[in-house]
Amino acid sequence: MNHPTTTTTTLVEPDAFAITADLTQARLPRWAVLLVGVIALGVAGLVTLLTGWSPTGGLVLAVVLMVAGFPLWSMVVEGRRAAADRLATSLVWGAFVVVLVPLVWLIWMVVSHGVSAIDAEFLTYDMRNVVGAGGGIFHALWGTILVTLAATLISVPVGLFTAIYLVEYGRGKRLARVTTFLVDVMTGIPSIVAGLFALALFVLIFGPAIRVGFGGAVALSLLMIPTVVRSAEEMLRLVPGDLREASYALGIPKWRTIVKVVLPTALGGIITGVVLAISRVIGETAPLLVVAGATDSVNFNLFEGRMMTLPVYIFSQYSSPGVVPVGTEGDPPGYARAWGAALVLIVIVMVLNLVARLIGTYFAPKTERRR
Amino acid sequence: MSVTAPPPAPRAARAVVRPGDRIFAGIARAASLTIMLALAGVFVFLAIEGLPGLSAPENIYAPAEDFWSYVGPLVFGTILAAVVALVLAVPFSIGVALFISHYAPPRIAAPVAYVIDLLAAVPSVVFGLWGGLALASSIRPVTDWLYANLDFIPFFAGPPSVTGRSMLTAGIVLAIMVVPIVTALSREVFAQTPRLHEEAAMALGATRWETIRLAVFPYARSGVISAVMLGLGRALGETMAVAMVLSAAPVVTLNLISDTNPATIAQNIASNYKEATPDKQAVLIATGLVLFAVTFAVNFAARWVIARSERKVSR
Amino acid sequence: MAKSIDVSDLSIYYGDFLAVEGVNMTIRAKAVTAFIGPSGCGKSTFLRTLNRMHEVIPGARVEGKVMVSGQSLYDPTIDPVAVRRRIGMVFQRPNPFPTMSIYDNVIAGVKLNSRKMRKSDADALVERSLRGANLWNEVKDRLDRPGMGLSGGQQQRLCIARAIAVEPEVLLMDEPCSALDPISTSAIEDLIHQLKSEYTIVIVTHNMQQAARVSDETGFFNLKAAGQPGHLVEFNPTTKMFTNPDEPSTEAYISGRFG
Repeated sequence: MNHPTTTTTTLVEPDAFAITADLTQARLPRWAVLLVGVIALGVAGLVTLLTGWSPTGGLVLAVVLMVAGFPLWSMVVEGRRAAADRLATSLVWGAFVVVLVPLVWLIWMVVSHGVSAIDAEFLTYDMRNVVGAGGGIFHALWGTILVTLAATLISVPVGLFTAIYLVEYGRGKRLARVTTFLVDVMTGIPSIVAGLFALALFVLIFGPAIRVGFGGAVALSLLMIPTVVRSAEEMLRLVPGDLREASYALGIPKWRTIVKVVLPTALGGIITGVVLAISRVIGETAPLLVVAGATDSVNFNLFEGRMMTLPVYIFSQYSSPGVVPVGTEGDPPGYARAWGAALVLIVIVMVLNLVARLIGTYFAPKTERRR
Repeated sequence: MSVTAPPPAPRAARAVVRPGDRIFAGIARAASLTIMLALAGVFVFLAIEGLPGLSAPENIYAPAEDFWSYVGPLVFGTILAAVVALVLAVPFSIGVALFISHYAPPRIAAPVAYVIDLLAAVPSVVFGLWGGLALASSIRPVTDWLYANLDFIPFFAGPPSVTGRSMLTAGIVLAIMVVPIVTALSREVFAQTPRLHEEAAMALGATRWETIRLAVFPYARSGVISAVMLGLGRALGETMAVAMVLSAAPVVTLNLISDTNPATIAQNIASNYKEATPDKQAVLIATGLVLFAVTFAVNFAARWVIARSERKVSR
Repeated sequence: MAKSIDVSDLSIYYGDFLAVEGVNMTIRAKAVTAFIGPSGCGKSTFLRTLNRMHEVIPGARVEGKVMVSGQSLYDPTIDPVAVRRRIGMVFQRPNPFPTMSIYDNVIAGVKLNSRKMRKSDADALVERSLRGANLWNEVKDRLDRPGMGLSGGQQQRLCIARAIAVEPEVLLMDEPCSALDPISTSAIEDLIHQLKSEYTIVIVTHNMQQAARVSDETGFFNLKAAGQPGHLVEFNPTTKMFTNPDEPSTEAYISGRFG
């Protein structure tokens, strides 16, 4: 980095060029990484062939050889400090490569199995009276949309107004400090506890056998509110105090200043935060499993009867996949449906994330065109 | 330009706080009170429904005898799974975060960061599905090898589970879920290191690794700790990924690769709620309270650690 | 209808910290009054007490009296919002509302006070205010474009147009040219000369030449000593202030010996 990359030492007069001579230092050539990589792969391949290991084992060995070998060579040529640096670099790259493996594997499994499971029937049929193959996610898709929508309708007003209180009214007040603390606590509520809370609440009111979609919405909003508060609070704080002052100086009351000046300025960021919060709770399974229950039929009523949702659908298809038809090979039919639903769910989440990003970039430049 | 004089403000007639302001401020305050009520509600309702679970008829707790010996192994399992996950996840998360913030060429770093952020949004049920259908069956060679070569370590005492649905598998799935979260947070902290500090270290002739150790790590420590704690909280409370991967029994064992594994609290609730009688339901809700207490303690400890190290930095 | 302002024995606090102590002065109607002084002497703080913008900062409070046309601004029955409608303010850095067009920025004060307005009245008000701020000819073809798209000097004149659209009686200006280049500055100074026929103008400036150019009366603020509160040293007609000041410290400051 800081040293010239030349390794050549020329004959110089010691006094005149003493400084130049000090600056040159033994360095591994640029292709050293490649060489070590090739050798590591070669050795690992040979070992794999000779001992009959699996290819995965061979790859692991190659990575280990690479991460250990390169710094060792550097130690010999360049010295201890440079070797430590090389080791850190190798470890960091190694960590990256190793983490990629399961993540790519996961995405690959979902996409490859999911695509083959999805067709028109899959998207438009429910699971009523389906035995064996067939059926679809129609009921779960609607359940997810309704429950998430209801959760959003609960959390956005509460979250947004809380953020407004924290930023505009509560500065230095005890209620604001307590609220900030409680929002922190809420962030840490395990999702299943949120589900149990909604269950306990509805059981107290309606009796022990109650399972309704709205309960799921309550549980999800408990998980969603802290994210909405946090992001909205951050965005409101980014609105320059200048603008508030300009508005006050025109004799505009505080609440109109907030509604007409502060909120529009922060709108893009707030919407982004809300969409991200939705994408986070839309995949929640445990709370819905506990309060909203599972069913095979379409139910459009949030306030009566069990309601299926996509994540719960995946779980129930996985845990009771049905049986493989006699005389055929392969996975039980539920697995294919689970993969298909997983792909649909992931696509929804990704689209929401993308939308959030687009909203963020669409709204952002207007406020920052100048200064 | 003609300027018309507005009528002089009526004296004493108008209150100093305008009604619009009062209503709006009231709504805002009511919203934060709602949060307080909601959280109090979580405690109260869980307590009302859960307290009977502490003293239910003995047969509900079978094979244990009372609530505490019922919940004990569950707490152990919860913590064991989370610790396994963190031990696996933290080094990799920090590595990948450093990769994005300091090592990768910019053209790679930005998309990698984006992909990691997206992965943090993948629902846990999908991780569970992958863990149960793909990872569990593929992990056999690894557990076999661990059993064959390292069975003197209690963690790998075996014999390895035939289905692969062991604590190790659950830990790996949890780790893969936690990695994007911890990475995303630590990356942000690393990237916020003041450029000046790094340049100061480089100007002293430090190598890249020495620069990171001198300038980046001290600055980022509290942020990374809070990221890890957040990951721990997530791992402790995670339900589905564990429920779909682990075959559980009410045991206490450090053995990570056998087919009898301690259950976690969240998983236990999810797998038993369906056939629960009201008595059993109360017991499950009580275990939920215990889980809440554990995660609360973890979060509280995290905040304490952060507050302490922040005070140190500002001093 | 421009108004004069009587300030008597005004002390300004941030919490327990006394920032400005014991100010007495009378600000004449339809004239330009300038405040000069070194940084941190409290001249901007004092300016903000004249339309109760001071109390926007938590913990800030005021002792003493500010009288405008026989009413005490700090009387408990006075609504600060109504005060600010009649005493407008222009800030150091131009701050047009980023989400609004030029047109909407100008009528923001009127519209956000929820006064209903006919379109033709609004159009007339926008044109009148922009002409008043010497900006009409530059922006009349792009009134629907965002206000942030203008240059810094144009933005500042847009802020002045926004302030006079509410038809205030007094216009406070807090270093309105400190973020602008010399050409924009001279445009604003010309504007101040025109505005003084209809408004009482109070301007805070760091630039003594500017004070000499635009103002009729000048007040010099200074700190008694480092760490002490700021106070009004001298308040006199500008010509006297810059030729034959009463106080030696004023002369020292004006002739550049400190500050």
